[in-house]
Amino acid sequence: MSLTDKDKDTVRLFWAKVAGNTEAVGTNALYRMLTVYPQTKTYFAHWKDLGRGSANIRKHGKTIVNGIGAAVAKIDDLQKGLLTLSELHAFQLRVDPTNFKILNHCLLVVLAITFPAEFTPEAHVAVDKFLAAVALALSEKYR
Amino acid sequence: MVEWTDFERQTIADIFGKIDYETVGAAALSRCLIVYPWTQRYFGNFGNLYNASAIKINPMIAKHGTTIVHGLDRAWKNLDNIKDAYTELSILHSETIHVDPDNFRLFSDCLTITLAAQMGAEFNADVQAVVQKFLTVVVNALGKQYH
Repeated sequence: MSLTDKDKDTVRLFWAKVAGNTEAVGTNALYRMLTVYPQTKTYFAHWKDLGRGSANIRKHGKTIVNGIGAAVAKIDDLQKGLLTLSELHAFQLRVDPTNFKILNHCLLVVLAITFPAEFTPEAHVAVDKFLAAVALALSEKYR
Repeated sequence: MVEWTDFERQTIADIFGKIDYETVGAAALSRCLIVYPWTQRYFGNFGNLYNASAIKINPMIAKHGTTIVHGLDRAWKNLDNIKDAYTELSILHSETIHVDPDNFRLFSDCLTITLAAQMGAEFNADVQAVVQKFLTVVVNALGKQYH
């Protein structure tokens, strides 16, 4: 299910709207993930505060969404572009790749809430495909 | 049997009490057919599904979306016995319609996103958790009679 040129254009256009909102979107998505899928908290046992508005969540949410924004810029070769991040996730963080799908779903929910008019089914399918491709690229170095 | 807190029961009752079944149903099903096009395999007799625009204005799809969301009524009205409430529908989906049960999960994801878009900030993390739990239980019950 690789990205067509149309998908890439749709993602670039849509993500330009997210660019001004990275901390809000990231924080919301990350907090949702931890609440709706509590098993994901196992990766954050080193954070004392997992409450709404926690500084850790705000900072990390922003990091994640900025990372995805950087991936948009490398949309033509995600595997090469995300090599370093893949090594990080594979060898140090060792996040089970199932969780990429979970976070992606939470991101989509936040996008639907934040951009109810613009997050049309057409935008949804392109962004969903893109996030799946990002997850795949992030898993590249796992084994 | 699934345990439901008062907050969960109230949240579910509130949501189903106030959504417009027709709007939500049409939006959720058309989104599912557009985002996961392979789900169209079950809709061969539903007229023009040629592209996203056609799907969005297809009246048969809109009507069926409403039917599906009404199918959730027997869950929220029978929270303490969802499994038995869905025996008949599970058999139908398995033996008559032959639907791969993974599609229930795909539709649930689209329904969640549709509800989020409708409800906005009110669809907060705690509400999403309730909806996720509710839909997971229903999806599970729908898959129970497959063999």
